Amino acid sequence: MGDVKKGYARPLDIKQGRVDLSHGGGGRAMVQLITELFAKHLGNEYLAQGNDGTLLPAGAGHLVISTDSHVVSPLFFPGGDIGGLSVHGTVNDVAVMGATPLYLTAGFILEEGFPLADLARIVESMARAANAAGVKLVAGDTKVVEQGKGDGVFITTTGVGYVPEGLRLSGDLARPGDVVLVSGSIGDHGMAIMSQRENLSFDAPILSDSASLHGLTAAMLASGAALRVMRDPTRGGVAATLNEIAHQSGVGIHLDEAAIPVKPEVNAACELLGLDPLNIANEGKLLAVCAAADAERLLAAMRAHPQGREAAVIGRVVEDAHCFVQMKTGFGGRRMVDWLSGEQLPRIC
Amino acid sequence: MKYVDEFRDGDIAQGLSKAIAAEVRADRRYNFMEFCGGHTHAISRYGVTDLLPANVRMIHGPGCPVCVLPIGRIDLAIHLALERGVIVCTYADTMRVPASHNLSLMRAKARGGDIRMVYAVTDALRIARDNPAKEVVFFAIGFETTTPPTAVAIKQAQAEGLTNFTVLCCHVLTPSAIMNILESPEVRELGTVPLDGFIGPAHVSTVIGSRPYDHFAEEYRKPVVIAGFEPLDVMQAILMLVRQVNQGRAEVENEFTRAVTPDGNLKAQALVSEVFELRRSFEWRGLGEVPYSALAIRAAYAEFDAERRFDLEYHPAPDNKACECGAILRGVKRPTDCKLFGTVCTPESPMGSCMVSSEGACAAHYTYGRHKDA
Repeated sequence: MGDVKKGYARPLDIKQGRVDLSHGGGGRAMVQLITELFAKHLGNEYLAQGNDGTLLPAGAGHLVISTDSHVVSPLFFPGGDIGGLSVHGTVNDVAVMGATPLYLTAGFILEEGFPLADLARIVESMARAANAAGVKLVAGDTKVVEQGKGDGVFITTTGVGYVPEGLRLSGDLARPGDVVLVSGSIGDHGMAIMSQRENLSFDAPILSDSASLHGLTAAMLASGAALRVMRDPTRGGVAATLNEIAHQSGVGIHLDEAAIPVKPEVNAACELLGLDPLNIANEGKLLAVCAAADAERLLAAMRAHPQGREAAVIGRVVEDAHCFVQMKTGFGGRRMVDWLSGEQLPRIC
Repeated sequence: MKYVDEFRDGDIAQGLSKAIAAEVRADRRYNFMEFCGGHTHAISRYGVTDLLPANVRMIHGPGCPVCVLPIGRIDLAIHLALERGVIVCTYADTMRVPASHNLSLMRAKARGGDIRMVYAVTDALRIARDNPAKEVVFFAIGFETTTPPTAVAIKQAQAEGLTNFTVLCCHVLTPSAIMNILESPEVRELGTVPLDGFIGPAHVSTVIGSRPYDHFAEEYRKPVVIAGFEPLDVMQAILMLVRQVNQGRAEVENEFTRAVTPDGNLKAQALVSEVFELRRSFEWRGLGEVPYSALAIRAAYAEFDAERRFDLEYHPAPDNKACECGAILRGVKRPTDCKLFGTVCTPESPMGSCMVSSEGACAAHYTYGRHKDA
């Protein structure tokens, strides 16, 4: 016993250990989890302040804030995991407002019995995503619920950034004559999750597109095109997002099905499960509305960025008091593109 | 997508559109019923009617399994989940169909009923294996397409000695429903539903073959063209129906030769008749009691029959008075003829079954065709 150093605490057993109720109890075990796992990967000068709240320097322009809870199942999926997703989702919500994402907060709800090794993978993934996006985690919280009262881990993140003075992007700014663009193939994230759940195997697995779009949005803003709206079509897919924009702006939208990029494997999986790619969630794509005169310039800027290589003009904004989103089908007919009703894909993000 | 895109080609569609326009006579109307919800969905989703001349009208038929399920049957499934502590496994479409007491399977689930959405009956078998201490009931709905898998599951359960698995059998038969429509006063006497021909079922016909329709063509002088569920299949079938009408023929023709033969799938048919027998009568939503129109589990497999195991008694329950699902399923009314359509009845809060399934006439029109009413 004489060998034991004073003040020594046995480190967390990341390999074999599991979350237990003491990790949320406010005692030493919780502090240990925070320092040896969360702070180890996500630490920075702000988190190190160690107070009940974090002091941040004020910035220029308007403050943008967005929050998102992540409950995806499975936690690890082809192309991503809940950790990276919880950063990407919130970074994107801030970025599509035209802001530079700067800070994140994260709240974790952990289920008793959850393997610490999995938690470490998730936190490492968050750290990688945050570094790549240039955002810092500046506040966090951990709670533990009894076994059976959660499902592994739920993560809520809040993101903060600044929009420069004079720039305003908003869902109510689409005007008849404007064009609608998408940054790349749609439905990848949702079908990556669904193919896992339904045990669908394809020659090439469908990968989630989970990614931060701050670089793409910056390139689009730098193009000088007259952007009206940017939005990332997550739950409910492109259909839901365009319906939101149409209603907010009091306009109609006409899409051209042939112009909408969809990967063949995503199309095939949708076909098999009776789903429409337009309703499927994305986590690394954005929709943009811009003045028709600037469409070419914006498209060129998007295609010059790695995340916008497959960008395309997919439709136009029209006058329509009913605010309908309609689509010319590849078949040659015309149909409505409506919000998805019901809950085809619970726990997709 | 290979083997699919070929049947959705816009250029071929334009060619067929011109051919149909050239074929129709200007002095008459053509009213065709597509029996299947799968056709209804394809017509709406791809905008097929935009490619048809104004005097060709498509009437939606009753071939939507969820739509024809009467409230009383859903009440039975809810009763099993809420009162008998059973795990009820069901296809997702069935979850939102309104039932008695302002309930649906979805709402029963929120009240604590253990109701699981499955993609196939094999998922229900797995759930039964994983929960040996619980009774697991598969809520089996659908036409002849989904019947063989249910038969396989029952035989599989027997082979495994899976004693906690039963089936609430609500499988129905296509020919009986077509017969019921042809015999209805609206078609025979009143002429409120002018029917010049049918687009015959796709997947159902792969199982039962094309022969069962011969009777309708001969006896009722109605042309039938069996067609696949892709939009080009539907266009081609319409062209074939127009030609039959113009030439005064009433025959069964098969557009879906890549999957349908005259005799159908004999192995599947044998399996079905081994496990199931005809019910003397069965209630359909919209059509009422239809004799010999549904299947029940044979006595030899009684131990897998949920109605027997749980001593279930069927109680018919009336639809909402203002709901026109019944008339819409018989082709007498269109979705927009219903006062509830798009107001109190929407896919988010359906009052009738036709607004629930994506194959339902009301849901298809609401989701894909509403712009035409504007």
